[in-house]
Formats: sequence, structure tokens, C-alpha cells
Amino acid sequence: MIYLDHNATTPLHPRVLEKMVPYLTEQFGNPSSFYGLGREARNGLEQAREKVAGGIGAREDEIVFTSGGTEADNLALRGVARALREKGNHIITSVIEHHAVLKTCEDLATDGFEVTFLPVDGQGLVDPEKVRRCMRPETILISIMAANNETGAVQPLREIVAAASERGVLVHTDAVQAIGKVEVDVDKLGVDLLSLSAHKLYGPKGVGALYVRRGTPLLSPMSGGHHERGVRAGTENVAGAVGLGEALVLATENRAEEMERLARLRDRLERGLQERIDDARVNSGEVERVANTTNLSFRAVDGEAILLHLDLRGICASTGSACATDSPEPSHVLQGMGLEPRLAQGTIRFSLGHDSTQEEVERTIEAMAEIVKSLRAISSVA
Amino acid sequence: MDFTSKLTAKLEELIKKEARKKEPPEPQSQMSGPRLFYTEEVIDHFTNPRNVGEMSREEADGYALIGDPSCGDQMKLWIKVEEGRIADIKFKSYGCPGAIATSSMATHLAHGKSLKEALDLNDDVVVEALGGIPENKKHCSLLGINALHAAVENFRQKSEAESSSTEESTEIQ
Repeated sequence: MIYLDHNATTPLHPRVLEKMVPYLTEQFGNPSSFYGLGREARNGLEQAREKVAGGIGAREDEIVFTSGGTEADNLALRGVARALREKGNHIITSVIEHHAVLKTCEDLATDGFEVTFLPVDGQGLVDPEKVRRCMRPETILISIMAANNETGAVQPLREIVAAASERGVLVHTDAVQAIGKVEVDVDKLGVDLLSLSAHKLYGPKGVGALYVRRGTPLLSPMSGGHHERGVRAGTENVAGAVGLGEALVLATENRAEEMERLARLRDRLERGLQERIDDARVNSGEVERVANTTNLSFRAVDGEAILLHLDLRGICASTGSACATDSPEPSHVLQGMGLEPRLAQGTIRFSLGHDSTQEEVERTIEAMAEIVKSLRAISSVA
Repeated sequence: MDFTSKLTAKLEELIKKEARKKEPPEPQSQMSGPRLFYTEEVIDHFTNPRNVGEMSREEADGYALIGDPSCGDQMKLWIKVEEGRIADIKFKSYGCPGAIATSSMATHLAHGKSLKEALDLNDDVVVEALGGIPENKKHCSLLGINALHAAVENFRQKSEAESSSTEESTEIQ
């Protein structure tokens, strides 16, 4: 099997599993319990919090563990909206956000909030100047992702934060696809809230975190116990949090070298595909992207048809995001970038990872050349 | 605590096993995703579509170009009619695996049939012949059937136009 879908999920790193095992077995205590077993679990949880904080340049009390990226996004948007409702009702986001942000914003829009969905340019970037122009006195929050999950395009977050801070507006970023691929430091970026997820980082599924800068107003949308300083009720997923902590440590170790290696493999994959296949367009190819991701559109063929042929050859890739597999709609990200729908429909995302090799890349180029040729031979629009 | 120590031992064993593995095992082809998602028949018609090709304007007795606006799929279909039967049929399709497989199956079922039999074919027959298709792909199965019916209709219109023009020319003479 050739796995080239690391933006969908990653395998658990053995070292992560190893750190988690005690908390799935002997150390099963509830971190809120009084006795030793509970304290051991609490220690594990707090050490994990230190590691997560260390991985993004934050302080421990700024990390809230969640069930993953989606919950972190929901908590950030709904939590700030609820806390600042009296101050204002305007939220700014972009059309290329993950559904966890888009759908939450749509939901808030039915609840009295006004949401501006900023367009992106042909390369999939949000223009910080547009952010500046869209701000109003009642703007309370800006949510722009750090790197796009489909194209890998790295957004100009620092410039967006600079624009926001002129008006004292809070900035949230979904950094799920950026962490471990580019440097993510909350102070250098200047963001107030940041979402991350473990399973994109060789950690376990079902756990993530929200960074909440000290002093950021946030009212939890969930009721329950006093866990996570009252921000996220529910007994903590200790083993998961430990896994996320270790995954973040791993992600920062050798990041530069690993990303250089992946960038070389990714560039070879792109060049190889473009040499062998006519009319293959690299989306967001002219801007800074995370090193592991490439997103290509092929004329006159359908992405899902390519995907099934790849799958039958044991190659795992995706059309857009894994979440979109059930939807017949072409990717909202590519449409937002102005790709005509039929070209957007012929799009494949390859996302490389630790286990990716040169040989896999060569085999994928070979397979893709055959597949696109055979599909174009039967295509009515070729 | 006997239970937890057993669990620990089991997990440690699993970790060691995981660490020993250099290469992940090849997936058993019978169990891989698409085969559960799509039937063997769909995979067969998708990877080896029947009756792919085109006919020239002179060769074809009926032609249809059908699009599915809901997903952008498109199909071109040509038929050759001899003695009221579909003597030859060719198609080209752009679309998802469901669209390609149902296009192929529709042409396969229609080949050799009388025009009436061809018009009696519907998407349920195509889906059944493929051993079923996922619910969200049901709309794809209409592509082949609609194109087939439209091509037969096109043939009938052309024949009527030809026969009426023949009649007209007879009258003039």
C-alpha cells in the first residue's frame, strides 16, 4: 500500500503509542480524583499540557484539551461569540475554511451574528487588506486558517493579525494542517486562539486542543463539571492528551530536515506528473505551501474515477478533503479560487508523510499517467 | 489489578509486533475499500467498460449528448439500427465510477435489443444488473438510460423526417 493522504490522517507513531499505553492500562485514574491513582493521571495530563504548550510557544494554562480540531474550532468561535455578544455581532472568516469553521459560522449567522466570508485570490490566499477593509466597530472575531487542508497554501496570518490588532479584534486560526509542517508559534503569529488536532500529527484520533491566550474572553458553550478550568466540561481524555503531547514533541524534532525531504519528494511528484500528463494544473503552486501537500487538477477526467483506479492499485489519495467524499459538490476551496467546476472535479490531493519514499512517488507517477490516459480515452469531454 | 496487568501485557505485545513490522501488509484485494463500497460488477464495468468508442455522423443512426447538471457528469451515445434492433452501440462518458459503470452497463444491456426493448430498459434494471450501487450514486445510473432513450428518440425523429421528406419528394414528382 502507498499512503499519500496524510492530510486526512496519519498512522500513530510507535513512540506516541508507547507513552499512551500506561494511561490506557494501570494509570486509569480520573484526573479529578483525590487519591494517588487520580493524581498520577493528573500528572500525566499536566505533563502533556506542558508539551503541547511548549510545541506552540504557549503557557500551560492557555491549553484546553478537546476531542479534536472540530471541537476546538467550535469552542473558539461559539465561546468568543457568546462572551462578546454584548460588544458586537460581526465575525470575519474566509470561503476556504474547514467545514468546522464554515458551518459554525453559518450556524452563528442564524443566531443573530453577521458573518463576512472573505473571498480568496486565484492562488487561494486571503488578502489581509480585505480583512482590514471588512472590519467594523462591531467586529469581534476573525477566523482564518493557518494552512489550507486541500491546497496546503499558507495564509498571511501575521499580516491579518496586524490588521486586526489595529482595531483590537481577536484572531482565531485553525492550525490543524500547519502544525508540524511550518513553524507555529502563538506569539510570533500573534493569534489569540489556535486549534490543533493530534491525528494529523501521528497522534491518536479523538483528541485536540484549543490555545486560548490569557485574558481572551471565552464562555463555554457546554455545561458540566469544572474540567479544563471550566472551559471544556467532561472527564479528560488522559491517554489522548498524553498522545497529543508526545506527537507535538515529535513534530518539532527534526521538523526542518523532514520538511525539506518532503518538499523534495512533493516537487518530484509534481514535476513527474506534469511531465507525463498533459493539462495537469498545480493549484496554489505559485505561493508558499506546506511541504507535504500537492493538489492537482486534470482536464477532462473525474477525481473520484482517478481515486478508485488509484485505490485498486493500492494507492491512497483524496479528491479534496476526506469529509467531502460523500458530497457530489466540487470542492468549496477550489471553487472559491475560481476554478471552473469541471476542472475542480478533476482534482486529486496527494499529501506525503514520514513513511513516504522516492520509490512510492515514482510508482504513483507511473500509475497516474496510465490512469489519466485510460480515463481520457473514454471521456466525452476530452 | 490482574485485569490491567493482562491488558498491559497485551498492549506491550502489540507494540512489539508493530515495531517489528517494517512494511505494512498488502491489503487483501477482496477486502479493500471500493470493493465494499462498489460491487464486483461495478468495478468490472468501471475498469473494463464495454462499447467504448464513437461513431461518425454517417455511421450513427441515432445520437445523444446527455449531461447531469447535479454533478457535471456527461455522456455521448451512438447507436446503429438494423431491422429495428440496436446492431451497434458506442459511448463515451465523463464522470465518477458510478457514471462510467452505469453507462457501460446500459450500453451492454441495450446491445442487440429491439428499439421497444431498449426503451423499456430503466435505471433500476441497470442498477440491478450491477448488483446494486451506493445510494448517493443512484442518480448516476440515469445518465446511461437517459442517453439511450434520447438516442433511440433521435433515430425515430431522423427516420420520420427522412420518410416525410421522401413522401414530399414523391408528391413533387
